[in-house]
Formats: sequence, structure tokens, C-alpha cells
Amino acid sequence: MRNVAHFNLPARLLHWTMAVMILVMLFIGVAMVTSVAHYHALLALHQPLGIGILILAALRLVNRWRSPPPKLPVELPGWQRKAAHASHILLYGLMLGLPFVGWAMLSAAGYPIGLGGAVVLPPILPRDPSLYAWLRPLHTILAYALFGIILAHLGAALMHGLIRRDGVFSSMAPHPIR
Amino acid sequence: MSLLNDLTGAAPGLRPRAVLLRLGAIGALVAGTTGAFAYAGGWLSPGDLTQARIVDRFERVNGPHPGFRRNHAKGLCLAGRFESSGGGERLSKASLLAAGQVTPVTGRIALAGGQPYAADATMTVRSLALRFHLSDREEWRTGNNDIPVFPVRTPEAFYQQILAAKPDPTTGKPDPEALKAFFAKHPESAKAAALIKARTITSGFADDTFRSLNAFRFVATDGTETPVRWAFVPERAATAESPAQAGRADKNFLFDDFTAAVRQAPVRWHLIVTPGSPGDDSADATLPWPSERASIDVGSVIVTTTEAEATGNCRDVNFDPLVLPVGIVGSDDPLLSARSAAYAQSFARRAGEPKAPSAVLDTPMSGAGL
Repeated sequence: MRNVAHFNLPARLLHWTMAVMILVMLFIGVAMVTSVAHYHALLALHQPLGIGILILAALRLVNRWRSPPPKLPVELPGWQRKAAHASHILLYGLMLGLPFVGWAMLSAAGYPIGLGGAVVLPPILPRDPSLYAWLRPLHTILAYALFGIILAHLGAALMHGLIRRDGVFSSMAPHPIR
Repeated sequence: MSLLNDLTGAAPGLRPRAVLLRLGAIGALVAGTTGAFAYAGGWLSPGDLTQARIVDRFERVNGPHPGFRRNHAKGLCLAGRFESSGGGERLSKASLLAAGQVTPVTGRIALAGGQPYAADATMTVRSLALRFHLSDREEWRTGNNDIPVFPVRTPEAFYQQILAAKPDPTTGKPDPEALKAFFAKHPESAKAAALIKARTITSGFADDTFRSLNAFRFVATDGTETPVRWAFVPERAATAESPAQAGRADKNFLFDDFTAAVRQAPVRWHLIVTPGSPGDDSADATLPWPSERASIDVGSVIVTTTEAEATGNCRDVNFDPLVLPVGIVGSDDPLLSARSAAYAQSFARRAGEPKAPSAVLDTPMSGAGL
């Protein structure tokens, strides 16, 4: 295996922490909207977890800007390079956008957004059910989109790690192997 | 087979068989994750009760009434304040229960059922929903009914009851056979229905008692949790309904009487909290707690104004019973999460629908109260 530069430690920590958080979040979200028995318990997890993801995504963007990721291997076909680039823009957009849409839609619905204890987030939109009626389905559509892109990302990462073995996977591995 | 190696850009050392195996493993992982997601979203268990199915059934039984709540559709907004007596301080650290604390309150009185234009009838179950506006955006939302116990114990029974109690279009009454079959399957509901039927029916909203029905838990400063139920007990003496009321031409007489009463003088309810003893079932809303349980007067709700439903007021609020301040938490009653879920579904649906004016309009100042 060739020696390829790694993502820095904060990037790897953030990636794997957020990978778990986002997957858990998507599963909570999809279960929550149909569940009767566990609706409230799942909602109580969903809100603080979403704000946690928003904060970590912002930190991650800052880290990425200060410490740019390693370059993709030169032998990677152009279309794959473009797909990788586009999917990462979408991933970042959704990691930041989904929590914001969630926060905005709950503001429009007039729900207090509790993060545990007496901590309640301020609304970021005026109370307006017609706005909520737009944002609520948007939140769902974006969540499905994020799940789809994560599946593509997972498949592509494993292609790099198991088949191409070009160092792209190990650049983000928790314990990089040379 | 080396075509596969070329297509995938496989590393030089990998044999075609290995590439195939690894591709299969990746495919299986992606498919498995998708399957787990579908399972979590309920796609693999279409028979399960969902929040959408509960609200669908309300819509089926009541017909479409876009813009209105799917249940407790006919209502009137109110506003006032809560004055704490301090009596609840020991049991709950909720800031609104501190002695002398005054908390702004908004809310809604309503009639049960999904018909927004039904004529008022004294027999119809009445509700009092309140929203306490604590400091720092904390809220307490609570929906209360004027019945002694709730008619069902579980969300599944509730779902069946909506259909069983559906009024027959010709008689206006539920099909007795359907009700009988439901009660045979749910003896706890039969007992609850008898208690509900035996309740005293008062002349209106202002002299009525509204109960939490579900149990909650009060959390004290030291972390001690106490199961509680509560009731909003009117300060004015209850007078029984009279046959004359039913004969009135005013289809909104219950709401109009309330507006008139509030115009005359603020209408007050005492918030009476009943702590449960060990053995009192907090998960079964069909069972009354023994009447000898102590009760604590923790303060008064004082309603000073009423207002017809309109944009931005109580019409656009989801009185989710699990929007609770620090110091109050839900109990193990399965109906609580179900109410929260079904209300959210009802709210999401009506949020985007065109709105029609409520049947209950602001009555002119020359009303009965003046």
C-alpha cells in the first residue's frame, strides 16, 4: 500500500463521531415520525442530537479550511473525482442544512426546542404554520437525500478500501495504516 | 473476468474472484443498511399503528374539515395568568409553582370531536387546554377534559374506539353492536364508560372541572419524583345543566356563555394536584385513583379574556401534553406519547391547509353577560 497523506486527527475524530451520530439521527428520525409508543422519547433525543451535529459540522468545516484534506490519487478517473467532489459538497450542505431546517420548522410551528433541562433554543423564524407546512416535508426530503448520499459514500469508501486499495480509505481510517 | 478488475480499478494484486467477493460484501452492507432503515421507518411492518393511521381514522369518521384540529375541532381562545400558591413547591421544582410566582397563560376551551361546526350540546365532552409561558422560553402545555377517567387504556384501544364510537349518519348515535363488541374486548373501557356516563354535567365551561386524566410525575429539587394527576377545579359553584339550555337557539351557547362570564369577571380555576400513593396505577388512565387521596391546591388559573380562533393565536398551537417545564415529566402511561404523536400529526396536516373561520366568533359586547 502506498503512503498517502492522512486527514489530520481532528478531522478523523470528527468524521467518525459524526458518522455514528448522523446514522443514529437518521434512524431516530425515520422511526420517530411513524412511532406512537416511542415518539416522545425519540423526539427528546432528536433535538439535542441535531444541534450537536450542527455544532460539530461547523467545527469540521473550520478544520477542513485550516487543514485541507489529502488529494485524491491521480489515477482516479475524472468522473469519480467529480462525483467525490460533488458528494462532499452535498454532505457538508446537508450536515449543516438539516439541523437548520429542523430548527427553523420547529420555530415556525411554535414548539419550544428543548435541549434538556431548562435550556430552550430561541426561535429562528416567526411562528407561522404555513412556513411549517413547507419546511416539515423539506426536512424529510433532505433527510432521505442525506441517507442516500451516505450510502453512496459508504459504498465508494469501501471500494477504495477493499478493491482499489489506493489509500483513500486509510486516509480517513481511525488508526491510519501505512 | 479481468474486465471486472478494469472496471473497478482493482489493485494489481487482487484476483477477479476476490474482487467479486468484495463487491458482494459491499453490496450486502449497503443493502443491509437500507433494509434496517426501512425497518426503522415501519415499511416492513405495515400493520403497526402509526400516528398517521390514528389521524387518518379521525378524518374518516368525521369527514374532511381542512384547517381544523382533527379532534376538539370547535374551540375558543383564552388568555390570563396563573398565580402560584406555593403549595406545589415541595413536590416540583417547576418555576411556575414557586410561591407568589405569576405566569402568563394562554389557552383554548373546546368540545371533543372532529366536527368544527357541530352545535353545542351539554353532553359533549369539554376540554381546557392551557399553555403556561415561563421565563426563558420554557413552556408547559396541557390538555384537560371534563371527564373523570379516560375511556381507553392504550393507543391501540383508542384507535379501535374511534371507529366503534362513530355516530351512525342516520341515528346520530354510535352503532350499539360495534360498541358492545368493543367493550367486550376492552372491559376496562366499559368500566370507564360507566364512570364517564355517571358524571355530573355542569351548565357550562366556567363551572366545569377539567382533569389531566393521564398521570405525570413531579420532580422536586432533590430529585424526588412523585406520580401526580391534576384537575382544574372551578372557583364558582357548579350548577347542573338545565333542559332550558338545550332549547336555546344559539348553537354556540356554551362558548358564548363563557365569553359572557369572562367579560363579567375573571373566571378562575384552582389547580388541584393529587399525588399518587404506591399502588395507584400511573399507566392506566381508565382507572380513577382512590378518592381519599390528599390533594394540594398549587395555585389558580385566572382567565381574563377570550378571543375567536385566528391566525397566530391558540388556533395555531399544538397543545402537546409532553411539552413540559423542568420539574414535570411524563409518566409510564402509554397514552402520553401517543397523544404527543397524534397531535403532532394533526398539527402538521392542518398547518398547510386553507383556514375557514371558527364557528365560535367574538360575540358583541351586548351579549348576555352585560
